[in-house]
Amino acid sequence: MTLQAFLQVLASGLLMGLLYALIAVGLSLIFGLMDVVNFAHGEFLMVAMYATFGLWLATSLDPVVLMPAVTALMFVLGALAYFGVVRFAMRARTNVGMVQIFATFGLAVLIQGLAQFFFSPDYRSIPKSWLGGKTLDIAGVFLPLPQVFGGLISLLAFAGLYLLMDRTDFGKALEATREDQGAVALVGIDRNRVFALGWGLGVALVGLAGVVLAIFYYIHPHVGGPFALIAYVVVALGGFGSVFGALAAGLIVGVIEALAATVLPPAMKSIAVYLLYLGVVFVRPSGLFGRL
Amino acid sequence: MTHRQLQLVLLSGVVIALAILPRVITDVYMLNVLVLTLMYAALSQSWNILGGYCGQISLGHALYFGVGAYATSVFYASFGITPWLGALAGGVISMLLALGLGYPCFRLKGHYFSIATIVIAEIGLLLVHNWDAVGGALGIQWPIGPDSWVTLQFARDKAPYVYLALGLFVITWLVTYWIEDSRWGFWWRAVKDNPEAAESLGVEVFRSKMAAAALSAFFTALGGGFYAAFVSYIDPESVMTFRFSLLFALPAVLGGIGTLWGPLVGAAVLIPLTEITRSYMGGSGNGLDLIIYGALIMIISLAKPEGILSLFHRNAKPDARP
Amino acid sequence: MSGEPILEIRNVSKHFGGLTANDDVSLNVGRGEILGLIGPNGAGKSTLFNMIAGALPVTAGTIRFNGRDITAMPGTARCALGIGRTFQVPRSFDTMTVLENVMVGGFMRSSSTGAVRRAAIETLDFVGIGGRADAPAVELTPPEKRRLEMARALATRPQLLLLDEVMTGLTPAEAKAGVDLIRKVRDQGVTIIMVEHVMEIVMPLVDRAVVLHLGRLLAEGNPADVVRDDKVITAYLGERHRAA
Repeated sequence: MTLQAFLQVLASGLLMGLLYALIAVGLSLIFGLMDVVNFAHGEFLMVAMYATFGLWLATSLDPVVLMPAVTALMFVLGALAYFGVVRFAMRARTNVGMVQIFATFGLAVLIQGLAQFFFSPDYRSIPKSWLGGKTLDIAGVFLPLPQVFGGLISLLAFAGLYLLMDRTDFGKALEATREDQGAVALVGIDRNRVFALGWGLGVALVGLAGVVLAIFYYIHPHVGGPFALIAYVVVALGGFGSVFGALAAGLIVGVIEALAATVLPPAMKSIAVYLLYLGVVFVRPSGLFGRL
Repeated sequence: MTHRQLQLVLLSGVVIALAILPRVITDVYMLNVLVLTLMYAALSQSWNILGGYCGQISLGHALYFGVGAYATSVFYASFGITPWLGALAGGVISMLLALGLGYPCFRLKGHYFSIATIVIAEIGLLLVHNWDAVGGALGIQWPIGPDSWVTLQFARDKAPYVYLALGLFVITWLVTYWIEDSRWGFWWRAVKDNPEAAESLGVEVFRSKMAAAALSAFFTALGGGFYAAFVSYIDPESVMTFRFSLLFALPAVLGGIGTLWGPLVGAAVLIPLTEITRSYMGGSGNGLDLIIYGALIMIISLAKPEGILSLFHRNAKPDARP
Repeated sequence: MSGEPILEIRNVSKHFGGLTANDDVSLNVGRGEILGLIGPNGAGKSTLFNMIAGALPVTAGTIRFNGRDITAMPGTARCALGIGRTFQVPRSFDTMTVLENVMVGGFMRSSSTGAVRRAAIETLDFVGIGGRADAPAVELTPPEKRRLEMARALATRPQLLLLDEVMTGLTPAEAKAGVDLIRKVRDQGVTIIMVEHVMEIVMPLVDRAVVLHLGRLLAEGNPADVVRDDKVITAYLGERHRAA
């Protein structure tokens, strides 16, 4: 591989990695807050993509302009998912883990059904947008503009998260519950409010990724699954609940996947990511950055 | 009569009733639903051994199902070996695979374990997809032959498939029934509830998990072999996707996880509802079947976390801790 | 102490990273005695206890049981040799009944379900919760859970029983019943090591007391002498001052 080609692979991998991190961080946040693995995470991504697509159809505004609206919508949806489903799942006294898995899995299937109902199972895409199809040429390394934009959004989101965790009461509550599940009650904050905010925030973050993805990816009711699986891997590698672990793990996964794509057939490139996960947890059973 | 004898009587009743059904129902569609219900009951009973009794939540059992389906199909389609032996071979391969995978995986806890099972099954799916010797993405078509109990091909009469699926269910039920009251059964439940305490009481925690995994994988593969014979065409997507892994866990969870009757009860509710909504509402691709299916899973798992069976136990309520 | 000790602890140390939990502890436990392992908070009692039970590996030193080196043995194997334990915070198997909980321990000695069940019923009667055999373990009161832990450990037919703060948090009447039960267990020929934080509870019960402080052996001897030992008083006083 020439240096040029290597840089190209590295850059594409890093950009995709930033997007993976953005998809995963909401999942990690929710897990850290309340120990729930959300099996509908991929479907929230899909909803954000359809929301972008639907608003684009209705208003012909560019996805970049629609981003705030979609993100706000996803925030509301996340809070609703908490109040409507997850709150009840957390009340279970037996089989808590299974109840959470299947309540959120049921939600995922329901959302898929709704997507089919409103948009049909067909593949959709946004054929024309400001960024779509354009590339940036930096000394011979070509970077697709939508991905560059996604990478910037991801970095901004992580910077915002950093400020949120560092400066606000909500951030402190989040940090406290990550240390100790009972802490929310101790800090004297309404559990339901913190949890609903956490879900809103987590789903809004995956919504950001959905808008970016809608610019350059096909949209269909089952688009979420493969991304969700990568998100689980990223979250586990980064350590459940760790925000910056998710960023680092996302970047590693993106680069590994891009490197694998140069030697493996395209359909097989995910194998490298899965093997990476297994390799890491077999050596370190709580991920790269997780506490042992 | 003891509680355990009562269970056997109950099983006999259920078996007799189900064996008579194919004589009453002649509608091929309804027989298909019955076959699938019994098959998922058996598969969920197999999953229940590892997930329900031993508490190791595998979300990758599609791997063993796929191995069973592929072993049976390859042996039959390429070498003319009867699916009876093919399924058995698939079972043994799955068992060895489960032991090999269990060795590193059972060091993992909670979500790390579950995600590892998903990822491993996904690797299996991708490998089969790209493995031309077993048909790659195209899959394997079973050669068409006359109806026969040797080749398990029945084109006209679906009743034999009902008996086969029922037989598979009864075997998995009996194995579970027998083990439930033995040392392994007690050890599995102890491992599920509290591995540290189990260890202090002489329970071989690691060996318990391995034994449960091997048994669970074996029967899941038998189910895969049966399914391949039943549909007589398989490809990676139709036997190895993540969806199947969830479908094996779901009946047990809905019916009552770690119980003898949970998988059958769960399958009896879930499978007919899924199949019927799919054929009456999903045909147009409008997603109504998924909406109903998803809502149903959500509602049952939220309303009855201990499973449908708990409705029948007055004293099975967990305590009301503050 | 006469005869060969049932348990010999030789120069055992335990470090967690830079923290020393136990430092060069040596101790013999005689067959049939009730040994009290006491000390203020953070003295390293629980760490030593868990190393004897096989739940924690030692950093240095050896542990022998009946003359046999068990230092590297996991908990399961130690249970098979005859070491039983309870947990400070009871760890019942909550999806099982009380009887089934005890049967798990019984399968250590037999694989016949019927024999194990009969023995478990006897054990439950022995510890005084035979009437609760069919109750789900989650429904037990805290003192009943302590008894269940004991029954479960006894079902493995131990020669040495390790009790981790079984008296803590009991009312005086419950503690009195607990003391009687522990004596009854000893009278069956079981050697007992009990870790307690509060000296007053265990002193009348134990044959010998060992005081740990800051991970080291501070004093050992008959309980009446130990409580008058200046070093022991200072160690406990220090704790009270810190707490105040």
